[in-house]
Amino acid sequence: MSESELLPSGRRRIDLLELKGIVKRFPGVLANDHIDFEVCSGEVHALLGENGAGKSTLMKILYGLYSPDEGEIWLNGKRVEIHNPTDAINLGIGMIHQHFMLVETLTVAENVALGLPSSRGPLTDLERVSKRILELADIYGLDVDPEAYIWQLAVGQRQRVEIIKALYRGAALLILDEPTAVLTPQEVDEFFVTIRQMVEDGHSVIFISHKLHEVLAISQRVTVLRDGRRIDSCPTAGCTKASLARMMVGREVIMKHDKPPVDRGEPRLVVQNLHAMSDRGTPALQGVDLEVYSGEILGLAGVSGNGQRELAEVVTGLRPLTEGKVLLEGQDVAGNDPGTLTDRMLAYIPEERMKDGMVQEFSVAENTILRDHHKQPFSRSGLLMLRTIAGYADDLIRKFQVKTPSRETPAKSLSGGNIQKVVLAREISRGPRVLIAAQPTRGLDIGAMEYVHARLLEQREQGTAILLISEDLDEILGLADRIAVIYEGKIMGVVDADDATPEYLGLLMAGVEAETELLAQNTC
Amino acid sequence: MRIIFEKRQSISRRAMVLVPVVSFLVSLLLGAILLLISGANPFETYAAMARGTFGSTYNFSETLVKAIPLMLTGLGVSIAFRMRFWNIGAEGQLTLGGVAAAWVALYWAGRVPAFLLLPLAILAGMVAGALWAGVPAFLKAYLGVDETLTTLMLNYVAILFAAHLYYGPWRDPQGYGFPGTAQFDPSVWLPRLVGTRAHLGLIFAIVLALALWFVLNRTRWGFELKIIGENQVAARYLGIGIARNIVLALLLSGALSGLAGACEVTGISRRLQQGLSIGYGYTAIIVAWMAQLNPIAVLFVAILMGALLVGGDQVQMTMGLPASMGLVLQGMILFPMLAGSLFTEYRLRIVRPEKTDPLASETVEAAS
Repeated sequence: MSESELLPSGRRRIDLLELKGIVKRFPGVLANDHIDFEVCSGEVHALLGENGAGKSTLMKILYGLYSPDEGEIWLNGKRVEIHNPTDAINLGIGMIHQHFMLVETLTVAENVALGLPSSRGPLTDLERVSKRILELADIYGLDVDPEAYIWQLAVGQRQRVEIIKALYRGAALLILDEPTAVLTPQEVDEFFVTIRQMVEDGHSVIFISHKLHEVLAISQRVTVLRDGRRIDSCPTAGCTKASLARMMVGREVIMKHDKPPVDRGEPRLVVQNLHAMSDRGTPALQGVDLEVYSGEILGLAGVSGNGQRELAEVVTGLRPLTEGKVLLEGQDVAGNDPGTLTDRMLAYIPEERMKDGMVQEFSVAENTILRDHHKQPFSRSGLLMLRTIAGYADDLIRKFQVKTPSRETPAKSLSGGNIQKVVLAREISRGPRVLIAAQPTRGLDIGAMEYVHARLLEQREQGTAILLISEDLDEILGLADRIAVIYEGKIMGVVDADDATPEYLGLLMAGVEAETELLAQNTC
Repeated sequence: MRIIFEKRQSISRRAMVLVPVVSFLVSLLLGAILLLISGANPFETYAAMARGTFGSTYNFSETLVKAIPLMLTGLGVSIAFRMRFWNIGAEGQLTLGGVAAAWVALYWAGRVPAFLLLPLAILAGMVAGALWAGVPAFLKAYLGVDETLTTLMLNYVAILFAAHLYYGPWRDPQGYGFPGTAQFDPSVWLPRLVGTRAHLGLIFAIVLALALWFVLNRTRWGFELKIIGENQVAARYLGIGIARNIVLALLLSGALSGLAGACEVTGISRRLQQGLSIGYGYTAIIVAWMAQLNPIAVLFVAILMGALLVGGDQVQMTMGLPASMGLVLQGMILFPMLAGSLFTEYRLRIVRPEKTDPLASETVEAAS
């Protein structure tokens, strides 16, 4: 074995990994239909596709979590059988899941050592583990403290721990399942630096994503899946956002929306000098002033964790405020409970739609009436009007094109996009006066995203005052009439969408305040 | 060839019937092995158990006698569990229900019209049970006190309080030192089915199970209870009073267990005495889980558990097996039943190697 075949971690590299004709059937679904896929040493191969296209299934097969119904896996020219993750790890394959598999109450070193035999038999060998972690951290330029507890770490740091964990187990090939979903733009940049370094050193990386710009930025090759089939594999260099989107969705995608001009009306939601605490008791909002008018979308841009969540929660009555006013159609509603605000026709699409927006065990029908279950026509003298509810649910399912086997299907078995459609359908159909939409398209595929956008614009035309909180600048630039930027619990500035550029907003998001007007002139 | 577990796409009705039946057969098989080891004939033992529990009207009525308190406490516990409130205090709630009913029966007689005495005794039992569950519910809902500890510890308080009463101030002076109160006036006896000890509590249990099912599935309050149980964040966001509803549900839960206790003292012992409960309140936890918190299913599971209790006694008496054997057999039957419930949500699938694959067949040959 020559030196060049070794990775910096001392592990042999995987020159070529091939998946051949992989087929995986689930009851009622053909998740993978004869998929071929390969990845070489020193390459990032992106696996692109909408939710449910079969990306995760394919990777779970490679990692031994599922067994394929047909097909073969070849590694460095030899056929291999992968029955479980242990097999995969022994072959040098590491997987980093979208949701981190870390125990928060343990330290970094303990998490890395979890599940591995100790060199000291029944006793732990954490010092040795720590030493090796520092070695790996040094080789790969990953800044990690082995003694730190996971709960103390920011999301980006946690991801580094996951990478270290995989490297510690000898991973030559890394499967990254939507690794940027939880990262801030800055963390994504840092993360990409690490990935590029690893690939240069001879690692292979499979990058699963549905974010086109990230795929374009990081990968050398891209394979697009749609409905369980491989549509194409090609060098990333020749691709554009539009061409990739077309392959993913199977048709042309409109990236820019036609926004008919709407005369904005009276201010419906006014927030004055709002102060509130975060869950940890630190000031999260420090004097926020905002006005949202009837018939407009006010986009709230900002890097995650700058008070967006707290603002949405205060306005919807979920979080107490420490100072300031919230005026809903002129009336101070600060301190009102969420139920009262609901009755005043405030609608809310929460960021954590699975957790806050619905009851997963409930049927689709039950979820459509969550908000108004206590009112006529859904209940009368304490009894639920099941027939009315069924009719209403069927109506919404049809109008909002929710893909569900029936209205009685538990909501948890729907795809992310369809769950969001149910939440959206419920909130919009009430005819809200004010709508708070927090990250309404996060995690959705392009088709569902377009759909949500269209519905939000439709609400705008109907005169609803919409506060759109999003970390996706493209989304804000595409939809909003005015854009406010939040930074450390303060509004850095409010600009007309027509005058805004990503560069200018980026500066505000980074907290650059002083010579804003000057900067605006420079960038425009 | 490999066998894999696979989540069922939808829970099939066939599996829901088939799985318990097969689990039951498996448990009989396991029990048979154990019986053989201890030198008993499994067939005869099972036959004795079956005869003893379902063999005659009277035997079946004895099964019901054990099943009734299990039904009522099982319903009570399942309501609490729906709210993710781990009420393991049904035993204490039942005991205190018995105490309160006995108090009315013993000390209100003559002061209220005779026909009112029984309804009042039962009502008192329910109120006492409700309050006994209400205390931990209040502590949990408004102060965040862990309910597993409070409900469990209140059991001891209730049980020892009852013992204090029938050993001390309430003891029957003509009872020859026997730990128990005097027998109640016949006007406070809960009517029984002719010739048996099975009492009106059965009707209460059936009616209440149906009512509970209706409340949970057809009413606004039931809908809100289910929301709180499934997702408190969503409930809060919908403006549903979580604390208030937890307390209300637990008052109901305790009232059902209190009713069980009131029925026991007025229907079976007709006095407050030692051995009011033989662990019904704890067995109720198993009943609730096996019934998957479905009120109608609670009725049937309670009958099965009642049969196990009676059958265990029968094995001791007729087969001459050690007393512990009955309990061991009960455990043997429960394990496969609980384990089997996995198969209603998952199924096994056998994966055969593909025939067209030359490499795979090679490895098979090499292995053989």
